[in-house]
Amino acid sequence: MARVVVDVMPKPEILDPQGKAVTGALGRLGFSGMAVRQGKRFEIEVDGEVTDERLEQVRQAAEMLLANTVIESFDVRVETPIEQATF
Amino acid sequence: MAPRIGVVTFPGSLDDSDALRAVRLAGAEPVPLWHANDTLDGVSAVILPGGFSYGDYLRCGAISRFSPVMDELIKAAGAGMPVLGICNGFQILCEAHLLPGALIRNDVRTFVCKDQAMRVESVDTPWSSHFEQGQEITIVLKNGEGGYVADQGTLDRLEGEGRVVFRYLHGNPNGSYRDIAGISNERGNVVGLMPHPEHNVDPLTGPSLDGTAFFTSVLDFLTAKV
Repeated sequence: MARVVVDVMPKPEILDPQGKAVTGALGRLGFSGMAVRQGKRFEIEVDGEVTDERLEQVRQAAEMLLANTVIESFDVRVETPIEQATF
Repeated sequence: MAPRIGVVTFPGSLDDSDALRAVRLAGAEPVPLWHANDTLDGVSAVILPGGFSYGDYLRCGAISRFSPVMDELIKAAGAGMPVLGICNGFQILCEAHLLPGALIRNDVRTFVCKDQAMRVESVDTPWSSHFEQGQEITIVLKNGEGGYVADQGTLDRLEGEGRVVFRYLHGNPNGSYRDIAGISNERGNVVGLMPHPEHNVDPLTGPSLDGTAFFTSVLDFLTAKV
C-alpha cells in the first residue's frame, strides 16, 4: 500500500478569505510578516503499486472531484516509496 | 392541468419546502424530487433549493453535483428545460458546469443575512420574464459562500451576452465580481442566483413579494409552451 497526496490550493488570482483570516490572527498573535493562503491536503491510500496508470486515475479524481479547477489548482505526488511485496 | 415543477431535496437541503410552497402559490403543481432517484418524474421545470447539501463537505455543491438525479437534470437542462438554482442550488449548478464560474466564501468573512436590493438585468429567461428590464427588487439573501468568481474572459462574455440576470444594488454583500447576484447559461433556461426568491412570496413571512415573479414567469413560459 502506498500513499498518494493531492494538494489543492486556491488559484493566486482568487480571493482566499480563510487565508486572510488566518493571516490576521497570526498578526494579532505577534507572528508578523506571514501571509497565509489556505488549501486542502488529501491523503489517498492506494491499493497495490502506484503505477503511472494509477497516478493518472488519481489525477482524474482530483480534476473531477477533489479540486474545482475554476478556482483551485492541484498537485499529485507519491508520498511513501512503494513497498516491495514479499511472499 | 397546471404545469408540474420539481424541487430536489438533497441531504442537507433547507429551503425545499419553501420552494415547493412558492411553486404552489404561483399556481403550478409542486413535485418533490429526491436526490438519490435517477428520475425527474416527468416535471417540466426543476428548482435546486438552498441549504447545505452534504454539509457543504469538500466544497458547496461538490458532492450533490454527482447525485443520481443530477445526471437526468443535466440532460434535461441541455434539452432546454427551465432550471433554477437558488443559493446552494446555484453552487450545485456551477459545480455541475451548467453555469460558469464558482461561489467562494464571502469576502466579508461572515455569514450575511439581509434583505438585499438588486436590479433585474435580463428579462430574457423563463425565470425573469415577468419583471421589467432594470426593475429594482428586494430579495432575502443569506449565505456564507456567496462570492461569485470567474475569470475575466468569462465575466466579459456573461456581460456581453446579457447573461448577468441579477446584480446587487446599494453595496456588494459578499465580494461577488462585478456585483453579480445571478446568471444564466447561454440558452437562458438555466438560471442561478444567491438570493432566495422563495422567501419573498407571502406578506406574512417576507418583507416584499418580489420573489413571486420568478415562479409566475416560469409558469407562464410552461403554459405558453403547452
